[in-house]
Amino acid sequence: MSETPDNLKYAESHEWVQVDDGVATIGITDHAQDALGDLVFVEVPEVGATFDAGDAAAVVESVKAASDVYAPVSGEVIAVNDALADAPELINDEPYGEGWIMRIRMTDDGELDDLMDAEAYAERSADD
Amino acid sequence: MPFIPHTDDDIRSMLAAIGADDIEDLFDEIPADLRCGPLAHVPEAATEMQISRLMHARAEQDGQPLNFAGAGAYEHHIPAAVWQITTRGEFYSAYTPYQAEASQGTLQVIYEYQTMLCGLTGMDVSNASLYDGATALAEAVLMAVRGNRKSKSKTILLPDTVHPLYREVTESICATQGLVFKALPVDRETGQIRRSALNDFAGQDITALIIPHPNFFGRFEAVDKLTDWAHDNGALAIAVVNPLALAVTKAPGTWGSNGVDITCGEGQPLGSPLSSGGPYFGFMACKQALVRQLPGRIVGRTVDLDDKPGFALTLQAREQHIRRSKATSNICTNQGLLVTAATIHMAILGPEGLAQVARASMANTKKLLAELTRLPGVEQVFDVPGFHEAVIRVPGDGQQVLDALGAQNIVGGVALGRWYPDLSDCVLVCATETKLDEDIAAYSDALGGLIQHQFDSGAVPATAVA
Repeated sequence: MSETPDNLKYAESHEWVQVDDGVATIGITDHAQDALGDLVFVEVPEVGATFDAGDAAAVVESVKAASDVYAPVSGEVIAVNDALADAPELINDEPYGEGWIMRIRMTDDGELDDLMDAEAYAERSADD
Repeated sequence: MPFIPHTDDDIRSMLAAIGADDIEDLFDEIPADLRCGPLAHVPEAATEMQISRLMHARAEQDGQPLNFAGAGAYEHHIPAAVWQITTRGEFYSAYTPYQAEASQGTLQVIYEYQTMLCGLTGMDVSNASLYDGATALAEAVLMAVRGNRKSKSKTILLPDTVHPLYREVTESICATQGLVFKALPVDRETGQIRRSALNDFAGQDITALIIPHPNFFGRFEAVDKLTDWAHDNGALAIAVVNPLALAVTKAPGTWGSNGVDITCGEGQPLGSPLSSGGPYFGFMACKQALVRQLPGRIVGRTVDLDDKPGFALTLQAREQHIRRSKATSNICTNQGLLVTAATIHMAILGPEGLAQVARASMANTKKLLAELTRLPGVEQVFDVPGFHEAVIRVPGDGQQVLDALGAQNIVGGVALGRWYPDLSDCVLVCATETKLDEDIAAYSDALGGLIQHQFDSGAVPATAVA
């Protein structure tokens, strides 16, 4: 059973969001990393790039597939997890911790209402 | 006899099973204006006997002229063993094999090819090949746009010293992708990229600079300075090279302070016959940092569960069967058979053999130039060092001179006026290692005769060539 921490928000496309003072830290869920298998490469966005919610912002590549990571919220990328360049397995090991992917300064807090809470996401991902 | 096993009944029952009335229904999502309709200019089917007769008649028209043309496709000696081995049943396929467990031999050949290509180019990784030199350049440009994430402009500096057909193909392939191509003019003294032209772009957002070496005129470019200029201006450097020249010139991976980012080119000089223009193969190699942007297949070496070495396709997540529309390229196969020939060709010649072919070709072109420029009105146009090809000026229109030589069974080169109007009296000539002194003398005698004839007939005033 995958973990879905209660303090996070979740997107349909399997990203998690943790908001702190208008900045959203974003990664992929435990369920997503489990489905992808061992990650071998992560392509993070450029700091300074801007995305609308739903834009493809990063790529995670496993031994099975390469998948887009979508920005769950709109805004500017203010930080990326450079550690993933040498250690993509951080996402497998700690999807909600050291395996974070990017931080986005949000332009619209209202978008958080479009995301799921842990319970809804757990239910949704159980169907996969 | 059509080799289609389905009867009309089969087809009707298959259509009924999927609920379609007609085979045409299967294509209805293609807009009508994109469909070509009946092929008006294709004649009725001929019988095998008729075709055989036609082909024999055509084959008789195919001469064996003395060839001094290069311009991207070069006549080299290919040891008989190359194609004898290449056409063995075990190798005889253009495809890269998916089934590693059944294809170790083919996969190893491709792996050896990639290793040789990396050795020649000084790059970290090579793919398993692309279609040809021109499409390889287009792929390199698209790869640079993906790989240079600092650049937003998708602006490519494409010198006029790049093969004109490569430029056309590259611009065609990239036309719908929002790329901007900026030309760099030819320096009329040297036949190289006009250096001052780069000043116009310094400090701008440039995605990549293309560096041909040797360039279309056979001249060497100032590759170290060009590579460093690209990197100093935030651009990637793309080398377009002749693989044979790499046997005697500095590898692109060592150009400038940091080497180029991508090297590509036409592989034909490595074991592919001229064969009326193809099939040939394109090659591409890059720095490790760009490997996930490299299009096409890559074969890797690995170990199995028992730690025994083996070969398998690798990094397939880049490719369209996995990544679908976001794949690095729509290239899904390659020119495996030509690559097999190239690998065997390089293995037979070895590094020193390749260098000997390159040096012999350069020496022969030098001899050819010495002979031809003794003729009145013939001169070498760009006097900077080059590889095995050069531009000469002839008295009169270049194409007309070549046509007259053609009547004497000599292909005297490639006329340049079609692409460079101010070089309409110029011809690109090449003498590879296959040319003997008497071949060069035959060209020189024939051209000398033509020039004499022009003087005699008054077509060219003697004062014009004094």
